[in-house]
Formats: sequence, structure tokens, C-alpha cells
Amino acid sequence: MSVLVFADAAHGKIVKATHEAICYGKAIADKMGSSVTVLTYGNVDQSALEGLGAFGASKVLVHRGIEHVDDEVMTKLLAETAGSENAKVIVFAFDTSGKSIAPRLSARLKAGLVAGATTIPEIDGAKFTIKKNVFSGKAIAKFEVETEQKIISLLPNSIPVTNDGGSASVEELNTPVDQGRISVQEFKAEGGDGIPLPEAELVVSAGRGLKGPENWGIVEDLANELGAATACSRPVADIGWRPHHEHVGQTGVAIRPNLYIAAGISGAIQHLAGVNGSKTIVVINTDPEAPFFKAADYGIVGDAFEVLPRLTEAVKKFKSAN
Amino acid sequence: MKILVCISKAPDTTTKISFTDNDTKFNEDKVQFIVNPYDEWYALVRGIELKEATGGTVTTITVGGADHDPIIRKALAIGADGAVRVNAANSDAFFVADQIANYAKANGFDLVLTGKETINYNGSQVGAMVAELMNLPYVSIASKLDIDGSNAKIERDVQGGVEVVTGSLPMVISCAKGMAEQRIPNMRGIMAARTKPLEVVEPSESANLTKVVGYELPAEKGAVKMIDPENMGELVSLLHNEAKVI
Repeated sequence: MSVLVFADAAHGKIVKATHEAICYGKAIADKMGSSVTVLTYGNVDQSALEGLGAFGASKVLVHRGIEHVDDEVMTKLLAETAGSENAKVIVFAFDTSGKSIAPRLSARLKAGLVAGATTIPEIDGAKFTIKKNVFSGKAIAKFEVETEQKIISLLPNSIPVTNDGGSASVEELNTPVDQGRISVQEFKAEGGDGIPLPEAELVVSAGRGLKGPENWGIVEDLANELGAATACSRPVADIGWRPHHEHVGQTGVAIRPNLYIAAGISGAIQHLAGVNGSKTIVVINTDPEAPFFKAADYGIVGDAFEVLPRLTEAVKKFKSAN
Repeated sequence: MKILVCISKAPDTTTKISFTDNDTKFNEDKVQFIVNPYDEWYALVRGIELKEATGGTVTTITVGGADHDPIIRKALAIGADGAVRVNAANSDAFFVADQIANYAKANGFDLVLTGKETINYNGSQVGAMVAELMNLPYVSIASKLDIDGSNAKIERDVQGGVEVVTGSLPMVISCAKGMAEQRIPNMRGIMAARTKPLEVVEPSESANLTKVVGYELPAEKGAVKMIDPENMGELVSLLHNEAKVI
């Protein structure tokens, strides 16, 4: 018996959300007295695959013949592998590939899916009880799944990553696979060399209070000093001051970093829906009545044009002293 | 082109969330319900735009009780030609997807559109499940869709950027920001919606794969700690020593 974890390998890289999913799979495997098998694809380095053992994988299966993940092809391969590995639990990261493959696999296997889980399951015989955020982070629901096979996709940044330095055995899969029916014509990278927003542990965000795109230098300075990603509010993306992929909120990206610093954002409920999972929120606003202060851990009533550079200096001083 | 748009009912985004029956049921008292924004702004409006450009029909499908009729009328007012409601509780994503897939298989559609997720369950599941049950290709989290004959060209959000993909109809697509602009129904649309067909069908035999057994509210945030704007050294030290995030 095993817990099967799907590791997306877009552009030859396995990202932190997947490391978390493997750790999560390992926690379930420990409870069930089984082990973790990872399924991945493409041309990830052999050493990186062995290194997945550090997160809890015993075995890594890699299909080198698949260059690009296609949800139909991958669903079929995962269903077959779940059978051959006798996997009763299949784990995904709740990222773009997890969102498109996990439900497809759920419908194929008639296996109950908890999409966006935040807790390690309570296991009572064949019954798993798992929590996930609902109502855009305004509440938590407890799901029960009793189907024979179970699928869980893990919300990024929900559990800590543990790394014990172990190593996994790697096997190549040569199962013949079909050509997918969707063909990829082009990939347009966004975000340049910066830290991708959904992955970032620290985020500095700003809104209309910054008055114009030319003033983003002070936001970027603080982000660079902290090693943070930059984000923005919806109006700022809509008027084109900042690129759309930086927009966090209800209709943009939902993020849950360890630290979210918001400058010149009033904190409309739609914005909060995208950031309310952040562990610590710092709000900087000239208006002491800004609703965002109610959701903040630390608040500064002040002008972002003065406060941000001061904060950047303070971070610099802190770094040189530590 | 025959387009099916999956519409779900959601509480207005500003709703204060609470629960009843020992925290096992969402408290609907005084809640304003809306068409799930991703279903309405992106899937439905793009469906209507495609129909306006190339001809055809837009039908909406909803799984739910009669209390869903007002939001279905709203979708008709925005411009859908007709609506179907599967008369059953929408208690599980697979159950909902199975109902939609069964109806769609029996009635033949070129394109099935959903929102990228609902704002109440945030699961992003139904579209992919419908595609699997209908054995169709699926493109998730699409921000742009163009149709030329039976070929679709789609931009979708993926890790680290945007992918441009192509495929042949029929297919299932989940829609996100960028697809279309919100449309406000006009008086003519609202009047016309009253007489447009809203067909109620009984559910087909299916199963629930999951069950919600309870809800809770997130732990209350402690009171915000205000910091002197002159003293950013204090903030940095609190972030390091108290919040332990830097």
C-alpha cells in the first residue's frame, strides 16, 4: 500500500508547494503505516528526484516521455499508477495543475476529493476527516470522505516543510502514453526573475495610495531588501499601473504568505478574500479608519512615501546586525 | 454553436458568514444571493459574446432547489436564451458534475463553460469532473477564448505565466478574469427573462463522494497593534521577535 503524490515538473522544476504535498503525503503514510511514492514527468535532474526523499518520498516514478503535463494523459497515468502501487490516497498541490488533474482523477476513480485541504486528515478506519477553507477564507469546513480511494489537494503554505536529508529510489516509467487533445502553442513567462507571487513567503503590496506607477520604486526597494515578492490591489492592475499577475484578491490571485505588507490599500472585502490567509499582516495607510486595519496584526497610520523608505532602512539595519 | 454555461448560487461577496444547527449549516438568513461571480462575469458573458458573434444558443444549467430561480432569472436577464435547473441539493462537487454531464451528453453541446471556482466552496472541481465524465478535453483557468469554426484558441493561467493552447470543440473550459467584462442587465433583458424557458428536470441517479459535517470560523485576529510611523525599527523587531516572520 502507498500514498501516491503527483509532482508537477513544469519547466523542469519541482516547486515548494509540491515539497509540501510530499511532506503531507508522508504524514498520512505514517498514520496508515505505508510509504510515499511520487509520480512525476519530464527532464528533472536525477539528483533532484532522489532529493525528494528528504521530504518523505520512498520511491519516485518519472515518465521521461512526457514533456508537458496534459490533464487527460496524466489522469490516465495516475489512475494506472494508483492501481499498480495500490495507492488508497493520492495527493496533489492545490496549484494550477492540481486544480485541473485532481478533479478529473476523482471523477474517473469515483474517489472523493478534498480540494484545497489545510489539515492532515483525522483517520478513523476508512473515514478521513479533513478541513479546508471555504467562503474565500471567511470560514473553514470539515469534510468527510469514505470512498475506497481518496484524493486530497493541499493548499500551499498550510503545513511546514520538513527536510531530513534522505534520498528516494528513482524508477523510470515507460508506459506508452497518448498525445493529449490540447496542444500548447506558447508559454509567456510573467514576473521576470522575481519570486513568483503564489510561492512567496514575504509579500509587499501597494494600492492606489501610491498615486502612480512611477512611485513603485519604494515598494520594490522594500521587497528587494526583504527578499519579498511584490503585489498590488485590483484598481492598480485594472488601470495598468502594475501587471495583472500581481493583482491579489477575490478575482486575482489568492495568496497566504507568512508576511503581507500592504501600503495605500484600504482593504475592501474583495481584497481581503485574497490575502486573509496570510500569517501576519502589516497595514500602512494615511486613513486611520481604513477597514484594512481591522484585519491587520500591525498598523501604521502614516504616509507610505515616508513609511516605506523608513521601513526599508530599518530592515537594512536589522540585516546588518544579524 | 450550442453553449452550456454552468451557473451556481453564491452569497454576495460582502456577506458576513455564520452557521446554524450546531455549526453544520450555512446561515442563509438575510443573505443576499448572487450568481457566482466567475460563472457570471466570465463564463456567461463570454458565452453570450460568442453567440452574438457566431450565432447559436446559450443555455445555463444549475443544480439546486427552487430557491435558485432568482439567480437563474438574473442569468437569463444578462442574455442567456434558456435555463435548466436540476432539482436536487448541490451537496457535493461530483454529484453536481455528474448531473451536468448527464444533461450535456443527452442534449449535445459544442462548448461547456464554468467559472474557475465558486466563491463559497473555492474547490475548482466541477469543470474538470464534467470533462472527465463526458470524455472531453478541458482547459482550466482560462483568461481568453477565441473560437474559429470548431477550433478553440485559449490563454490559460499556469504556474509562472500564461500558456496559449489550442484544441477542437467540443470541450469544457473554466473561466477566469480577462475572459469578458461584467454586463449589467438592462430593463429589456429583465422583462425578457420573465418569459424565457426555465426547464426543471429531476436528478439522475448519482452519488456524493464527500460530505461536509461541520463548519467553523477562523480564529479571531487579536487587536491590531499600532506602531509609531517614525519608529520602523520597532516594527522590524516585532516582526522578528513576536511574529517570527523575518
